[in-house]
Amino acid sequence: MRGQLLAIVLAALGMASVHAVAQDFNLTIRNHKFEPQEIRVPAGKRVSISVTNEDASAEEFESPSLKVEKVIPGKSKGVVRIGPLAPGRYEFFGDFHADTAKGVVIAE
Amino acid sequence: MFGALIIVFREVIEAGLIIGIVLAATRGVSGRGQWVATGVLAGTLGAGIIALFAEAIANAFEGSGQEILNAAVLGTAVVMLMWHAAWMARHGREMAVEMAAVGAAVSAGRRPMTALATVVGLAVLREGAEVVLFLYGIFAGGTSSSSLFAGAALGLAAGAALTSLTYYGLVSIPARHIFTVTAVLVALLAAGMAAQAVQYLDAAGVINVLSSQLWDSSPWLPQDGIVGRMLHALIGYTDRPTELQLVAYLATLAAMAALTWLSTPARAAHARIV
Repeated sequence: MRGQLLAIVLAALGMASVHAVAQDFNLTIRNHKFEPQEIRVPAGKRVSISVTNEDASAEEFESPSLKVEKVIPGKSKGVVRIGPLAPGRYEFFGDFHADTAKGVVIAE
Repeated sequence: MFGALIIVFREVIEAGLIIGIVLAATRGVSGRGQWVATGVLAGTLGAGIIALFAEAIANAFEGSGQEILNAAVLGTAVVMLMWHAAWMARHGREMAVEMAAVGAAVSAGRRPMTALATVVGLAVLREGAEVVLFLYGIFAGGTSSSSLFAGAALGLAAGAALTSLTYYGLVSIPARHIFTVTAVLVALLAAGMAAQAVQYLDAAGVINVLSSQLWDSSPWLPQDGIVGRMLHALIGYTDRPTELQLVAYLATLAAMAALTWLSTPARAAHARIV
């Protein structure tokens, strides 16, 4: 009962959050690489990046400067919410394939 | 192989330190080995289940299921640590006296070992799910090789070594101080977890306040370095904290202090008389 209640509250919060994020960007993981490798986002705003992993293996979208550490399972999708960011370059990488999966968010 | 070793070790660090602290905090409690082992086992099983449903979890809550789950897991662990802290404040002194008088092998089984076993289980669950997904990726990606698994096994062994190092380091503290030391460690652990939990809620878009970064100490002490990671697990060190993270951290510390203060028998008795 308490679990159900919690689920309902979390679902409500989850739905409420959809409207809170201003802008959407897309990112694809293919052959352990990010496409595109550079994303330009507005500074000072909340931004959401939808990451689609087309590989069969899981990848971890990681960026200490963006404060994100998120596993995207193989053949699935995850949303990364970042910001508000100060203008600048924010590097990110795929922790499970760090030698090939690299990219940068540029806030301007 | 080295890459696999590093990834697995990094994930194991946090759970390893927590298990070390829990073992030290429960020194002298009979049957604590089984409790902790049960926690580790349940956590490992849970990690497998989470990895199995990783796709469904990732897609839940508009792609933020993982963050919500992490926040819920961390929040539960914080509550368990608070329960433990309150209990220890009430009974800790008599236990310390008992231990000093009769040696280490006395203490009561009436302690809420369930709380700490749950904390251990949740720590293993959270870190373990990533390890399982990573190892599964080695299979699925077709890059499978025994050297990667050897690396993973070594990473796990290194994590276990860190656990025993933490434990033996802590139990070398004299018995009359160990409850104070572990109480402080447990409070810092809880504060760090609360700060992490609010960051997950922020990443999930559930919370949208106070998300500006307070400072950046990554040039001096990067959080992804080995020292940074250990401090992150132990005291919740964050090199780029948000305002909300600091608020959550301080609020949890204050709550732990208040709980401990209110639960101490002398004061509780005094409060009843007044």
